[in-house]
Amino acid sequence: MESVPIQDQEIVGEFLVESYENLSRLDQELVEIEKHPKDAALLASIFRTIHTVKGTCGFLGYSTLEKITHQAETLLSQLRDGQRELNPPLISLILETVDATRKVLASIEASGKEGPDLFQDLTERLRLKAQLPATSPDRSGQDILLGATAQLPKLLATAPDRKPEESAVKSSAVADANIRVGVGLLDQLMDLVSELVLTRNQILQFNTEREDPALNATSQQLNLITSELQEGVMKTRMQPIAMVWNQLPRVVRDMAVSLGKQIELEMDGADTELDRTVIEAIKDPMVHLVRNSCDHGIELPDVRVLAGKSPQGKLTLRALHEGGQVNIEISDDGAGIDIARVKQKAMERGILTPERAEKLSDREALNLIFLPGFSMAKAVTNLSGRGVGMDVVKSHIEKIGGVVDLFSRPGEGTTVKIKIPLTLAIIPGLVITSGGERFVIPQVSLLELIRLEGDSSEKRIEHIQGTPVYRRRGSLLPVAYLNQVLGLKSAASAEAVSMVVLQAEDRQFGLVVDGINDTQEIVVKPLGKQLKGLSVYAGATIMGDGRVALILDVLGIGQRSGVLSESHHEARAATEHRTQGGIEQQRLLLLRAGSFERLAVPLSLVARLEEFAQSAIEHAGGGQVVQYRNRILPLVSLRAVLEPGAPEQDTAPDPLQVVVLNDGDRSVGMIVDQILDIAEDVVTVRQKSNRKGLLGSGVVGKRVTDFLDLNQVIQASESWVQGTGGIGSDKRILVADSSAFSRGLIRAGLDMAGYQVVEAGNLDEAIRQLEKQPLNAVVAGLDLPPNGTIALLSAMHGRSDWKDIPVLALTDSSEQMQTPAARKAGFQDCQSKFDQVAMLESLARLASVLAPPAIELVPVGEEN
Amino acid sequence: MVATTAILKSQTTQAGRQFCTFFVADLFFGVDVLHVQEVLRVQQITRVPQAPAVVEGLINLRGQIVTAIDMRRRLQLPPRDGDRTPMNIVVRTEDGAGSLLVDEIGDVLDVDAASWEPSPENLDPNARELIRGVYKLKDRLLLVLDTERALDLAVGRAQ
Repeated sequence: MESVPIQDQEIVGEFLVESYENLSRLDQELVEIEKHPKDAALLASIFRTIHTVKGTCGFLGYSTLEKITHQAETLLSQLRDGQRELNPPLISLILETVDATRKVLASIEASGKEGPDLFQDLTERLRLKAQLPATSPDRSGQDILLGATAQLPKLLATAPDRKPEESAVKSSAVADANIRVGVGLLDQLMDLVSELVLTRNQILQFNTEREDPALNATSQQLNLITSELQEGVMKTRMQPIAMVWNQLPRVVRDMAVSLGKQIELEMDGADTELDRTVIEAIKDPMVHLVRNSCDHGIELPDVRVLAGKSPQGKLTLRALHEGGQVNIEISDDGAGIDIARVKQKAMERGILTPERAEKLSDREALNLIFLPGFSMAKAVTNLSGRGVGMDVVKSHIEKIGGVVDLFSRPGEGTTVKIKIPLTLAIIPGLVITSGGERFVIPQVSLLELIRLEGDSSEKRIEHIQGTPVYRRRGSLLPVAYLNQVLGLKSAASAEAVSMVVLQAEDRQFGLVVDGINDTQEIVVKPLGKQLKGLSVYAGATIMGDGRVALILDVLGIGQRSGVLSESHHEARAATEHRTQGGIEQQRLLLLRAGSFERLAVPLSLVARLEEFAQSAIEHAGGGQVVQYRNRILPLVSLRAVLEPGAPEQDTAPDPLQVVVLNDGDRSVGMIVDQILDIAEDVVTVRQKSNRKGLLGSGVVGKRVTDFLDLNQVIQASESWVQGTGGIGSDKRILVADSSAFSRGLIRAGLDMAGYQVVEAGNLDEAIRQLEKQPLNAVVAGLDLPPNGTIALLSAMHGRSDWKDIPVLALTDSSEQMQTPAARKAGFQDCQSKFDQVAMLESLARLASVLAPPAIELVPVGEEN
Repeated sequence: MVATTAILKSQTTQAGRQFCTFFVADLFFGVDVLHVQEVLRVQQITRVPQAPAVVEGLINLRGQIVTAIDMRRRLQLPPRDGDRTPMNIVVRTEDGAGSLLVDEIGDVLDVDAASWEPSPENLDPNARELIRGVYKLKDRLLLVLDTERALDLAVGRAQ
């Protein structure tokens, strides 16, 4: 491997950092072990470090390094197993190995290559040493060593002799130039800089009001420094989206191979920078969406040819900044989404009634895909179809204030558009006035400023059936008046008309304002929840004079004024309407729980109302259950769901009032304080609620009533979710390996395959993870500290609930662990650490065949 | 009803508490001092066109942008006399800080837990939604304002 592909550079960088860290620890440990040659733990640690370096070199294809470390490892394993005594020459040899390793790493860092020095002499000496009969370790060993290189004893005995050589190896830039800083600190810096920017703006304002040369000079300086500081701090938090995208070619390739498809991946805008936290948050959704496109979108080559397309499908990722937001598009030229099938699936799942299905528009139907538990896959594979997907994608994106949109044309493909706002950003904006108020328009949306002067200025804006338009260089530009959009008093008819030309999405419009001031750097601050619903504002900022100004949302203004079509919005409103549609014109059960006086549940979801004596309540699986009609009915206290953390009722009523909810063959009992009434009313949900467990509030029987979000109530019932393998539960895998780097590699593979991964770096951590949650399988390297992975195996065999969890051993390329031997040792299977495909196949087999049924988490309802 | 009020009582009367008190029209309110971030004279307020009527506007609280809610309008009371400038009580809630515009600030009072009672049934429904209960002080009644609900415009809007 002579050159490293760009996407691997990141991996190499990580490898370098980890290796340097390991090597400096090794130096200390070797010095330490010279004093205590019998310290087994220390020896084991040294062995592991060398072993880790060797393993990752092998994976990255650094053969020289692998050879050196492999020989050193052999020697160390003999030491560890007591076949050989540790003596100074041996330590020197190992130290020499460490130095050689450092040199090679420096060369990799500098040139990406291992360099011309193959260290054959050292490798040979290490090999010879390892081959020596263990029975005569000292004398002969030393002799041969001395024969091979006369310098050796000197190397160890006199430190100054080693100095020149060491200094020849330039201390690593990678390790020295990077320090790890907590994100919390960066956030804090960012906040402080935001404050500084505002203060700077205020100072600049003072400066313009005063004629003081000294103040002028100082404030200019302050201005410059602040700008640079701001830029620097912003940069510390920004990362290119390539951080997420780099792993996608591999995902696509693997998917294509396993599905027998041909897929070309095109990435546009990989250098688009995003805030660190945003990058983190979109990682999983991106992988999900790309896998979806590969799996469901792009057809098999022969199907594509029949449809008149090229056999090779195309998947395009695009990222760009627009209007203070980052837009990400994932589009494929596949089959598109079959809307009829979506509806059918939704009906099968009981999400949709046939009557509603008929009324649903295509767009609304498409949005069904975002509902929890919805899966289009015909069968559950290890690739997709586990019913976790688009709803998770949506909730992830919405959590960071983003929006997901889906567009699909049958036969032509599917496009998912994600918009993520940059709430943290400091952006340039144009300050305008309208109706006596100041507003800021983000500079990115701004195309040009137009000023119409003279008597005829108003006339230059013409009207078509009352709709104002402006002739701009021969084409008509729709025009809106900001005063009208915001319901402000229009200024007395001015002599001149100021208009800003704005761009939203791919359309343009003119916005007439009273006055145009200047451009400024502004800090975007979010609006309080009371104002979140106003689509015309993107946020607020603090101006130089300390007053607050609102930032206009150009898209929202365009839509509100009607110059941009609202199709977008309507569709979304319709979706919201639909999700809440279940409580319209329905019979409602009214009840009371905790401090919620009046709660409503659609009666159609209620199976029965029951009373259970306190004595009938039993505890199982960490929750309350009751025996009910020969079944075990999980109970969930509505009070606990709505008011988590509130004190328990001192004297719970006896009997308990329970509402039994049914959905298909699943049931759950919801404990309420009191059942009030059944109402039949036309309901409009007036206000959505952010509170957990509530959909929103509306008026029922002339009183304000809160509507329960049964999904959340149901999710609170642990046993329901577990028993039926509900939403969001995947197979959970423990990755146990001493090297964080290896764990990262393995984890990446497992994450992509949709497993939930927990990690452990040593035996203690592994046991803790096993205790913390039910696991479907364990994937382990062979050298789990402190005493190897066998210790974990025996620990697991000792516990009845752990002994059936399959353990997959992962070996390095050079370790000669064969599957039969691994089986004998108690592993279920054995794979190479760096053959991810084989690992995933093996794991899929193990986790499905060997997992005990109690934690089988494949959801029901996927059989078809 | 009985069960709920009993529980509310047990929650709120565990110990005597301190209340920051204020007036809105002739109503005497209290907010737990622990929920009050600060009390300010009226600030420069930026109006928010198209916002719900109860939103007076936005204020700059040392770099933090806080929404100011007019308590008169929130309680559907007649507007303040033109020459009376309101006071800001900045309260902390789960969703960040919010400011309540009130007529006048009163003292910080220690109240006796035993004097607590749930809000009377016949209270004006607009107010009742936002009141957690009443302390019977010697000379007047102190209404405990539910700040979370007062700042949550979803509450009581349908009335």
